[in-house]
Amino acid sequence: MNIKEQAQAWLPRLVISPSAVLVLVFVYGFILYTGYLSLTDSKMLPSYGFVGLENYQKLWALPHWHKSLANLGIFAGLYIVISSVLGLGLAILLDQKIRAEGVLRPIYLYPMALSFIVTGTAWKWFLDPGIGLQNTVQLWGWTDFSFTWIKDSNLAIYCVVLAAVWQSSGFVMAMFLAGLRGVDNEVIKAAQMDGASTGTIYRRIIIPLMRPVFLSAFVVLAHLAIKAYDLVIALTGGGPGQATQLPATFMYSYTFTRNLMGIGASSAIIMLVMIFSIIVPYLYSELRGEKR
Amino acid sequence: MRRFMTTTAIAVLMGITTGVPAHAQDQGVEVLHWWTSGGEAAALQVLKDGLFNDQAINWEDMPVAGGGGGDAMTVLRARVTAGNPPTAVQMLGFDILDWAQQGTLGNLNDVASAQGWDAVVPTALQQFSKYEGNWIAAPVNVHSTNWLWINKAALDAAGGAEPTNWEEFVALLEAFKAQGITPLAHGGQAWQEATIFDGVVLSLGNDFYKAAFIDLDPAALGGEQMKEAFDRMTTLRTFVDDNFSGRDWNLASAMVINGEAGVQIMGDWAKGEFIKAGKVPGTDFVCMRFPGTQGSVTFNSDQFAMFNVSEERRVSQMAMAAAIMDPAFQSAFNVVKGSAPARTDVSDEAFDACGKKAIADLAAANTAGTLFGSMAQGHAQPAAIKNALYDVVTRHFNGELSSEDAVTELVAAVAAVQ
Repeated sequence: MNIKEQAQAWLPRLVISPSAVLVLVFVYGFILYTGYLSLTDSKMLPSYGFVGLENYQKLWALPHWHKSLANLGIFAGLYIVISSVLGLGLAILLDQKIRAEGVLRPIYLYPMALSFIVTGTAWKWFLDPGIGLQNTVQLWGWTDFSFTWIKDSNLAIYCVVLAAVWQSSGFVMAMFLAGLRGVDNEVIKAAQMDGASTGTIYRRIIIPLMRPVFLSAFVVLAHLAIKAYDLVIALTGGGPGQATQLPATFMYSYTFTRNLMGIGASSAIIMLVMIFSIIVPYLYSELRGEKR
Repeated sequence: MRRFMTTTAIAVLMGITTGVPAHAQDQGVEVLHWWTSGGEAAALQVLKDGLFNDQAINWEDMPVAGGGGGDAMTVLRARVTAGNPPTAVQMLGFDILDWAQQGTLGNLNDVASAQGWDAVVPTALQQFSKYEGNWIAAPVNVHSTNWLWINKAALDAAGGAEPTNWEEFVALLEAFKAQGITPLAHGGQAWQEATIFDGVVLSLGNDFYKAAFIDLDPAALGGEQMKEAFDRMTTLRTFVDDNFSGRDWNLASAMVINGEAGVQIMGDWAKGEFIKAGKVPGTDFVCMRFPGTQGSVTFNSDQFAMFNVSEERRVSQMAMAAAIMDPAFQSAFNVVKGSAPARTDVSDEAFDACGKKAIADLAAANTAGTLFGSMAQGHAQPAAIKNALYDVVTRHFNGELSSEDAVTELVAAVAAVQ
């Protein structure tokens, strides 16, 4: 009996431990390794000459890095705001107890099933002036029509936003829809009895109640934005010029094609810090909420 | 009997410890390269067939697409780090020396001395095929970047005269524009913009090119001539079509082949595309040096760097190295590839007009001391500095920097990674 109890106590730990070890080594171990590499003189392959914070000084002196950060600011800001607004709007519309909801919901969710590479390639063709939208509209007869954002250094980053929003807003919608369904009907009925209009109910009662959903959506979208790589590679390749470089493409380029692994590693650590600064407050507020 | 038993036991043991005797698959060569476009793939087939037909050596192909080989080098890094390098890897310039420095490359001295490579390979190339006096790579060809590829029909319509200086070149581009075609076929990728920049900088003088790209003299990088070079890039920018960014170089060549565009500024690997499309030099297209650079050559050389591999593989590796340097192969391969042979004693008989010109120009430049490594192709500076130069050139070409700012940035960018 005693043995059986002990086995029951140990079995779960035993089952989980291989994956725990793997995660420990391949996630946290390599995070530490990258952190160490960022302090070394690694060029083409890892090497272990300690150089202190020199790589970070070099990193912050590079215009390429500043451009990547500025692009991330534009991309992440617009991506998070537009995806949230669109997602919330779609969720509210779907929440009106309409008939074909079961058909509509998967249609909006479907883009999430695609990888960013597919999204990027499809949008690249669609936005390409030579074969995509511009060409098609011109063939229809509007020969003056021009849409060359993806080839314009100042506007190409907005094409990345466009494709990313298309990909993610359905997913955000699903999150908000679940939130909306979780709102207590009694509260809404009480408000209706007091004579509140539908608009007021959403504005004053339902949306404030969904604060946790907003937070979750923000965290999911923000980390997707910071690690965005495949979408940019498929859509623009970082170009025209460096117009759509993001920190992730910067990191890959410096680590693997420019033989400056130390600087690449230090940029990876900065990205990690960015993600931490979003995740840690979120986890903190979640844990504090649980205690209450 | 007892003795027999012992011998058998030893034989069995040796069989176990040394593994099975070399089978056919062990005698293959695994080759990592990025020759995937039409003309290039056809040229490589010459080497594959030769090795298989003559020596029954299997060719395990490991192609990683992408001109300039950036992606191929990433794959290579993973393979070497995992302790499983390919037999041979197509490589350019300083990449070879970087890998040699890591101690990952094999030694080809036996084959080299048997075939006398030292005497026949141009000295400028040996700088990249030898490390600390030992042969580490077998050069396949010599390309150069300062070429123009002009559609003959479009040139005839514009008067038929080949431009000999910058002003005439601009006038020719204007004439192409008036014909309603895209004057300059270009693909908006950093290395292609750098390839044009090679020619532009060289056209401002051999000394200037050497001071700027080989010696990294800040005075040359940040001087008035460099501003002039960037101004010329601005002028060229006005002659490309709206849809240029991201286009691969061979698609830009196709535009000239099909008559949609007038001229492409590209290394002589572009010739392979013209030949493969059934075009004849002098009749369908014209090859000439970038205006103002006749007599100078900015070269790059594709080499097969040979990695440290197991003993069984080393035999076929050496056979491959010997096959690469065989004059008959050098001629056959380079006729298809569009480049000049990497050894000086190969007859130019089999080559077309452009190939004969490439061989003659190479020899002349070698003698005159005007044979320079190409910046765009990683033969002037190592990867870190090359890419720092790329950054500035491509940002300027795409309108993110003015010529004045580009000059300042160029000096700063080089200093930042030096």
